Amino acid sequence: MSPDFLKLIFGRLGFESLPLHEPIVVGTFAVVALGGAALLGGLTYFRLWGYLWREWFTTVDHKRIGIMYMILGIVMLLRGFADALMMRGQQMLAFGGSEGYLNAHHYDQVFTAHGVIMIFFVAMPLVTGLMNYVVPLQIGARDVSFPFLNNFSFWMTVGGAVLVMASLFIGEFARTGWLAYPPLSNIGYSPDVGVDYYIWALQVAGVGTTLSGINLICTIVKLRCPGMTMMKMPVFTWTSLCTNVLIVASFPVLTVVLALLSLDRYVGTNFFTNDFGGSPMMYVNLIWIWGHPEVYILVLPAFGIFSEVTSTFSGKRLFGYTSMVYATVVITILSYLVWLHHFFTMGSGASVNSFFGITTMIISIPTGAKMFNWLFTMYRGRIRYELPMMWTIAFMLTFVIGGMTGVLLAVPPADFVLHNSLFLIAHFHNVIIGGVVFGAFAGITYWFPKAFGFKLDPFWGKLSFWFWVTGFYLAFMPLYVLGLMGVTRRLRVFDDPSLQIWFVIAAIGAFLVLLGIMCMLMQFAVSFLRREQLKDVTGDPWDARTLEWATSSPPPDYNFAFTPVVHDNDAWWDMKRRGYQRPLTGFRPIHMPSSTGTGIILAGLATAMGFGLIWYIWWLAAVSFIAMLVVGIGHTFNYHRDFDIPAEDVIRTEDARTKLLAGAK
Amino acid sequence: MTIAVNPSQTGEPVFYVADEHPHPEGWSTSLGFWIYLMSDCLIFAILFATFGVLGGNYAAGPAPKDLFDLNLVAVNTSMLLLSSITYGFAMLTMQQNKVAQTQVWLAITGLFGLAFIGIELTEFAHMIHEGATPQRSAFLSAFFTLVGTHGLHVSCGLIWLVTLMVQVQKFGLIEANRRRLMCLSMFWHFLDVVWIGVFTFVYLLGVLR
Repeated sequence: MSPDFLKLIFGRLGFESLPLHEPIVVGTFAVVALGGAALLGGLTYFRLWGYLWREWFTTVDHKRIGIMYMILGIVMLLRGFADALMMRGQQMLAFGGSEGYLNAHHYDQVFTAHGVIMIFFVAMPLVTGLMNYVVPLQIGARDVSFPFLNNFSFWMTVGGAVLVMASLFIGEFARTGWLAYPPLSNIGYSPDVGVDYYIWALQVAGVGTTLSGINLICTIVKLRCPGMTMMKMPVFTWTSLCTNVLIVASFPVLTVVLALLSLDRYVGTNFFTNDFGGSPMMYVNLIWIWGHPEVYILVLPAFGIFSEVTSTFSGKRLFGYTSMVYATVVITILSYLVWLHHFFTMGSGASVNSFFGITTMIISIPTGAKMFNWLFTMYRGRIRYELPMMWTIAFMLTFVIGGMTGVLLAVPPADFVLHNSLFLIAHFHNVIIGGVVFGAFAGITYWFPKAFGFKLDPFWGKLSFWFWVTGFYLAFMPLYVLGLMGVTRRLRVFDDPSLQIWFVIAAIGAFLVLLGIMCMLMQFAVSFLRREQLKDVTGDPWDARTLEWATSSPPPDYNFAFTPVVHDNDAWWDMKRRGYQRPLTGFRPIHMPSSTGTGIILAGLATAMGFGLIWYIWWLAAVSFIAMLVVGIGHTFNYHRDFDIPAEDVIRTEDARTKLLAGAK
Repeated sequence: MTIAVNPSQTGEPVFYVADEHPHPEGWSTSLGFWIYLMSDCLIFAILFATFGVLGGNYAAGPAPKDLFDLNLVAVNTSMLLLSSITYGFAMLTMQQNKVAQTQVWLAITGLFGLAFIGIELTEFAHMIHEGATPQRSAFLSAFFTLVGTHGLHVSCGLIWLVTLMVQVQKFGLIEANRRRLMCLSMFWHFLDVVWIGVFTFVYLLGVLR
């Protein structure tokens, strides 16, 4: 076969693209392949494919999609954290003439993949999953506004994750850092597939994120139950609304900037090149116009979770609800006015830098207001130190430290010293782990019983908590010290032996976090085995306050047999206090959307198209693109997208719950 | 949904809707489509901004004055503006439930759109033939991307238009099809507005520059 023919079929993909010379990657591949084969074999053996396809992959139920997002986030956490461990190990060892165990080619991919995975495929799915699960329940809705789009969005996110994972074994990932700045990411300096994997993984996932943002905004604006005015919405719903506004108003920017980068790489345009009038700094500006709102996209829902948890476990109404809402909105707006603080050293001049320094410092005011609101909610409350509350308190302590180092970095002269140092790394891990990750864990432990009908095992949870928290401090406080001493980020080897001890401490911290993650997995397993003891039949295991606790755990497909009517901020608390009687008769058929396989098929085609574009397999890209058009248009010819759950089914479900509740008393 | 949330006649608070009607089909669609359009608008905003920053970087290559034929652009603009008017007529006949007339107006709209794309492609081909390729300078990269993205949107609109014409033919002006025609209408007018921006900032100001 001629090389031209092979090139036509396989593009630039060949046997040499497989990283067979990297023993670490080959070993990983062996483990993943064995595990994957075992999983697929198990699913086949137990004949679960049909069940998974019907009940999960094609579902449009926001609750199941939410759970699938959480699973995706946790699986990808393992991958992203493996990268973190490799970096900590490398930096701990590469002293005194040692090169460590990772070559530069591999190490650069590891730190890029770590950042990309943790932000896009861990934090985003965890946050989106929680919003997807909780928001419709909190507002008394039966599903989201566009259930099919919701399924499609999820699978697009999975498609992006699949591309990132594929880069580990087929070819390589970007070696540019997580934002792929040009000119390094341009074709001249990164001619191989790494940056193309980066681009198409984010483009595919980005479509999903944008659509899910539109979907949740519509859901919150249009599907609230009667009586729930905007200022009676639970705070988590409010922060979700603001987060989704941020998503819709910032992800298109990412889409464009990556499209322009791909034009530079594929077509040879001159947007971000050094010659022919291109401007690499424009890329940096544009990507941070997306990138700064992105960090608030992640942290605002976490703030919402902490608000719900604090008020539930303090047994009190949230202090300063109105100020909490306004603080959220102000943060939403201000998050667009600070992007330049990521590159004060660009040399925009004193006036521009001062403007962005000041706006950055101003953001700490509404954030501080939130902190005081949580503290005052706890003040004189009857606090129950259950796991979600423990995560919340760990957050409050940790996030304040991270916030203060952030304000420090917002001072342009200080930033000239600390820019791209390990101090910065410590700062943003401090706020992202302390804020988003702890928030996601608080949310998971808080809403787990709602989703599955039993609580998570507290022993393994507490063990995981303490490993995580101490591990976090050990891993990142040394980085503050190193950063102040002038150590820059992304270094692979070190000359100065006096620095080594700090890296050793940080590696120990990372190891403790590893134990924390393992305990958390153990917690899921143990809780599943002990599910009978941990069972909750009331649907309200925490004596909570918002509407999602008014229905059963797990909620029926239709969420509420009758749409609730709300009179108070803490709707469920109000219902309990005023002697709400659960309706036992008068059930009717309930109108619900039907499942569809179109979402997963479209996303699969989009992923194939991305793969074709990455490897220059043009026929694959073209065929998948045309197939996407055909499937997408074909889907619009289906006008019957919903059905009625018959009244008998509703009656059966509700009667079963009545019996359970009677048994519980 | 307007449901009394005040206490019922007996004075007991009402905690659920006993007599519930599901939201009508397409309850959230127009809001959702508006939000989508705004996100699309942001895509154009960034492309405009890029053009604003790079639009003067000719890299010793051709400048707008050497390239743009304002007469051709004026004809092209009129194609798009006329297509918006005819789409408006299609919506009016849709309100009167006249399937055949709606189809005719949609077809005319499509032809105007096709003419627009045709003229644009001719312009592009001419420029590339003269050596003013997207690779030649940052100005041309930004120009081709901004105008090309708009053209790509119009092309998607055309595919959508044809799809809807088939669906109207097959299923008539049912509620779902009316909603879809309404969404395409917003999309089409939106592209018109964007084009006015392109015409003004890229072509007119470019020639003045």
